[in-house]
Amino acid sequence: MERAPAQPHPDYPLLRPIENPGRTFYYIVGVLLAILAYTGYVYVRQILFGLGVTGMAQPVTWGFYIINFVFFIGISHAGTLISAILRLSKAEWRRPITRMAEVITAIVLAIGGLHPIIDLGRPDRMLHLFYNGRLQSPLLWDVTSITAYFTASTIYLYIPMIPDIAILRDRGVKPRWLYEFLSWGWQGTERQHKVLDRAMNILMVVVIPIAVSVHTIISYIFAMTVQPGWHSTIFGPYFVVGAIFSGIAAILVLMIVFRKVFRLEGYLKHIHFNYLGILLLIMSLLWFYFTFSEYLTGYYGHEPNEMRVFWYKFTGAFAPYYWAMVTCNFLVPVILLGIRKFRTITGILFASISVIVGMWLERLIIVVPSLANPRLPYPTGIYIPSHTEWILFLGGVSVFILGYMLFARFFPVISIWEIEEGRHESAKMVNERITSYMPDPQPSSAQE
Amino acid sequence: MKWGMVIDLQKCTGCGECAAACKLENNVSIVEPTEAAMGRSMLWMDMLTMYEGAYPRLRVRQIPRPCMHCDHPPCTKVCPVRATYKNEEGIVAQIYPQCIGCRYCMAACPYTVKSFNWYKPEWAPGIRKTVNPDVSTRQVGVVEKCTFCVHRLQKAKEQAKHEGRNLRENDFQPACADSCPAGAIAFGDLENESHRVNQLSHSPRATKLLEDLGTEPKVIYLKEVD
Repeated sequence: MERAPAQPHPDYPLLRPIENPGRTFYYIVGVLLAILAYTGYVYVRQILFGLGVTGMAQPVTWGFYIINFVFFIGISHAGTLISAILRLSKAEWRRPITRMAEVITAIVLAIGGLHPIIDLGRPDRMLHLFYNGRLQSPLLWDVTSITAYFTASTIYLYIPMIPDIAILRDRGVKPRWLYEFLSWGWQGTERQHKVLDRAMNILMVVVIPIAVSVHTIISYIFAMTVQPGWHSTIFGPYFVVGAIFSGIAAILVLMIVFRKVFRLEGYLKHIHFNYLGILLLIMSLLWFYFTFSEYLTGYYGHEPNEMRVFWYKFTGAFAPYYWAMVTCNFLVPVILLGIRKFRTITGILFASISVIVGMWLERLIIVVPSLANPRLPYPTGIYIPSHTEWILFLGGVSVFILGYMLFARFFPVISIWEIEEGRHESAKMVNERITSYMPDPQPSSAQE
Repeated sequence: MKWGMVIDLQKCTGCGECAAACKLENNVSIVEPTEAAMGRSMLWMDMLTMYEGAYPRLRVRQIPRPCMHCDHPPCTKVCPVRATYKNEEGIVAQIYPQCIGCRYCMAACPYTVKSFNWYKPEWAPGIRKTVNPDVSTRQVGVVEKCTFCVHRLQKAKEQAKHEGRNLRENDFQPACADSCPAGAIAFGDLENESHRVNQLSHSPRATKLLEDLGTEPKVIYLKEVD
């Protein structure tokens, strides 16, 4: 495992961004920090004056913050969930993807988890949730499941990073104390590998139900009320499918960006994009199936209040967003990913961006129309987000980019030891596994 | 003891006195006209305008709408911090210092009765001196709504205790019922057979808003008859 620092590492392309970050990194970080400083100013203004600085009013009392909360938490489902499923199913092509996916989860979950706090009228009383919390409220379930998911997914990100941090430590990369501390005395002994494997196996199994629970419970916030358009039994799985859908799109965009910026063409090959692209296509079809079921049952039930929300989305004020969502989430990805000629990296990039936009629109379409159509005859206006809300959205995206860049500055975005393990062992392991699937050459009774 | 209200739509003239009295009684903030145009006006007692039918047979109706004080309130179920709850006398109460301002109760209320303090509540210099000392003014960022003038109930209870007697029907009347010039709003104990609301609530004209939701409102409307 140990190497002299001067020796060229076989996976040098993965270490280069850490050892020679280059100047552009600092320029982009500077721009992002400027955006964040302005975001901070806007948020402080909101704290000083109250939520009046947003575009929310009655009856649309939830707006961008809740939409972005659901959206960001949805994106976070890409990471840990996909990586755990791929690891568990022993998909060998996972090796260069898992780390990138897990980092998305950790960062986006932190951003998403902050959104309900931004949305509070009294963020100073946030601790009431702990010492006066009512466990009967779906909001408390959310606090619980998001905390659990954040804990599990950061540990699940960190544990497989230990051997890579040890590689950096052994190469003497600065800051030394950081790698010294985080590598936890990893020497790569057989026992350490055994413990690491066991820890990863346990986390993999634990993290999947937690991830599913997180977005199910976010849907419960809406589904547990009696409001038209929200009170639906399929909301749990519908949200989980949408979350994984938007998450895969986010992984694909990041993979394409890193492939280009870090010149990782040798690691992220066309086949990885092809496989994930097909997964995205499947999720698109699944998303359409759920959307179709949701609205068709609503239409046939023909409950008057439900129908008001229904027509508000199909032909009313929200029709442009609704049909844009259907185009972005279904038509574009199915055409770009379903036809092999278009399933190139550029095609996949366009499909992924389209899905991310479409899934954001879906959150908008779920949150606003139900609130904008109260049952009793109130005068209602249309919800127009204010400058504050847009800036905080931009700030959330900037935190994500900044967080990811800082991670990539200090740690390899592709797991070096897992790639190495793949090189040395997986061919043999896969061979053995395939042999074990094959029918025995002669009936086993004949051997006796 | 189950406080409830009966609003006789046959008597109601739609004058809006109840809404005005409520606003003054409960120190409900008066928002700027630009804010009100955004939909941020705060009314614990609102006047709903309902249109029925089309032009030649069009009927416009005004309906006073306080909080329904549901027996199965959808708002209290979802509150994460018990800032809204149903007390033992059936009043759905708000605890302002407890509220974290998540507005989940507003999203969950099928009657859309709750108001939110988008800004720090303010009163014009003249009105500032007339705020009701019995009702706490709210802070910015909390949810508020009709309380059936629970401060009047507290006062009436103390008065009755002081005089060593039971609470009488007329001891506790909310501001809307008190001020209605047509006498359209009756208020009292729905479980007490000697109270007028109890008798009125059994009238064949009695109906409740969105009854099919199973929220069991304690505000009962008496339908108009022509």
